[in-house]
Amino acid sequence: MLKYSLKRICLALVTLWVIITLTFLLMHSIPGNPFAQEGSMPKAVYDNLQSYYNLDKPLLTQYGLYLQSLLQLDFGPSLKSSSISVNDYIKNGFPISLHLGAQAMVIAITFGLIFGVIASLNRNKWPDYVAMVLAIIGISVPNFILATILINYLAVEWHLFPVATWKSWSHTVLPSIALAMMPMAYIARLMRSSMLEVLSQDYILTAKSKGLSRYSVIFKHAIRNAMLPIVTVLGILIANLVTGSFIIESIFGIPGMGEMFVKGIFNRDYPVILGSTIFYSAILIFLILIVDLAYTWIDPRIKVPGGRK
Amino acid sequence: MNKKPKLTKDMFLPVDNDFKEAEKIARPSLSYWADVWIRLRENRLAMIGLITIIVLIIMAIIGPYLNSYTFYEQDFTKKNLRPNAEHWFGTDSSGRDLFTRAWYGARISLFIGFMAAFIDFVIGVFYGGISGIRGGKTDNIMMRIAEVLYAIPFLLMVILIMIVLERGLWSIIIAMSITGWIQMARLVRGQVLQLKENEFVQAATAMGASTSWILRKHMIPNTMGPILVNITLSVPTAIFVEATLSFLGLGIPAPQASWGTMASDALGSILIGNFYQLMIPAALISLTMFAFNVFGDGLRDALDPKLRK
Repeated sequence: MLKYSLKRICLALVTLWVIITLTFLLMHSIPGNPFAQEGSMPKAVYDNLQSYYNLDKPLLTQYGLYLQSLLQLDFGPSLKSSSISVNDYIKNGFPISLHLGAQAMVIAITFGLIFGVIASLNRNKWPDYVAMVLAIIGISVPNFILATILINYLAVEWHLFPVATWKSWSHTVLPSIALAMMPMAYIARLMRSSMLEVLSQDYILTAKSKGLSRYSVIFKHAIRNAMLPIVTVLGILIANLVTGSFIIESIFGIPGMGEMFVKGIFNRDYPVILGSTIFYSAILIFLILIVDLAYTWIDPRIKVPGGRK
Repeated sequence: MNKKPKLTKDMFLPVDNDFKEAEKIARPSLSYWADVWIRLRENRLAMIGLITIIVLIIMAIIGPYLNSYTFYEQDFTKKNLRPNAEHWFGTDSSGRDLFTRAWYGARISLFIGFMAAFIDFVIGVFYGGISGIRGGKTDNIMMRIAEVLYAIPFLLMVILIMIVLERGLWSIIIAMSITGWIQMARLVRGQVLQLKENEFVQAATAMGASTSWILRKHMIPNTMGPILVNITLSVPTAIFVEATLSFLGLGIPAPQASWGTMASDALGSILIGNFYQLMIPAALISLTMFAFNVFGDGLRDALDPKLRK
């Protein structure tokens, strides 16, 4: 177990390094210069700017300096506003994004599991069809369209929720739903098929023939076993949530990290793009690592050393 | 010893007809694919998906010619018209005919979807195939590389590459293919590792068949099922990613249109009450995602011999 964990941690670190290097190279291979557009700038100012952002040094030195500052958890300055660093953006934006993401994840898991279980217990009856139609809609409708539809009806026309921004709890409802829809649909479908498989196992038959109540068969035996595959896809779902949050945040005008990333893209603010990509990737890799390690711990049937690729 | 066996005439009488009847194969012998097709045909939802896909493709080919407008022609006297007899889907904020644009967009979106899936298929089959057939150290190294690349968040990578590349159709396809092939490669490798142990492959190797021969003649035909499912499910992913890119301003440049750019253009005119402009591309994207997803699911079920009745 320890060896496996160490191997996974090493792989995660290598992945992170590859991402840092790739993003760095990509951002520096963009033709042109970020200050070229500022027009008639005195040469001294231009040179000062260049040296402030280390742009006058060779690429390898810049890379070394960047890695060095990353090790000190410093993501460098933003190109667009001299007073705010990328760290400040992350410090301000991340708690909001975390709140939104966590709320969406709770919604997705809770309702995904409920819909999946209900569908599987009523196979080929109307609750099954309703849940699966909802799931297919959740997978088929892109989140920015869903978000706009939610805003248009629930906020603009029916005034149930505020339209945008991030102030009170009621502001968080619509973005959380919009973000949760896709993972919820995914969990519901997976839970349904997983439940159907578990319910056909011998140990469920044994439990039933022992005379256990329907409640304890379903809750103690079926659901707990059926939830295992859900844990394996949690990593992918979290990645999905994080990338989905760029769009949801910029539609709802939520001052989180996603909005900052999207603004960085529109402004071509390379340090912001670089910093947030690395930050996002680090978080994702860390979460996926935890999910993977947790899975081997939850399911004793998985033999770790050499057993799993 | 040289005594001949006694042959009588009744030994050469024709066999009883009853006996022949019993030996007859009652059902026509079916090839694997014919069998899959029969099972697929019984799945109503999958057939709805397939028919929808075919209709969408036909409309993408003929749709733009069904009326006299072009996708780029602007008529500012006819801005924001609701769907009517003249403009079947209405017009957008620049007075462009949305019916023509919708089907022109279908061409671009579907082309991106199919092309990205095709490139993933080609690279994935080669990479995974070679890795699986060679095995040993080659396999180990190739799979480590793939594993690291696979851990990079897909959408983040696509966005970064799109920032660097010039906006355009092929840039989007390339950006998606750079890490998109890995899933296919892993799938093919897994299948190849299983097939490699089979006698027919060992026989081919023993007779001196080359790696590429084995790959082409034995591995790919036998892996085609899961590969097809993967292709079917990666088409909607590509369309979805394209829509997201358009939303971030990294999609197809104007005046060309994809469903994604149409939807993100329409976001601006929602607040002035032109909700239909969003609904048209939104419905088309969702319909396509739905069709490919249910068809892919149906295909996966149909390919599973365990579900054979």
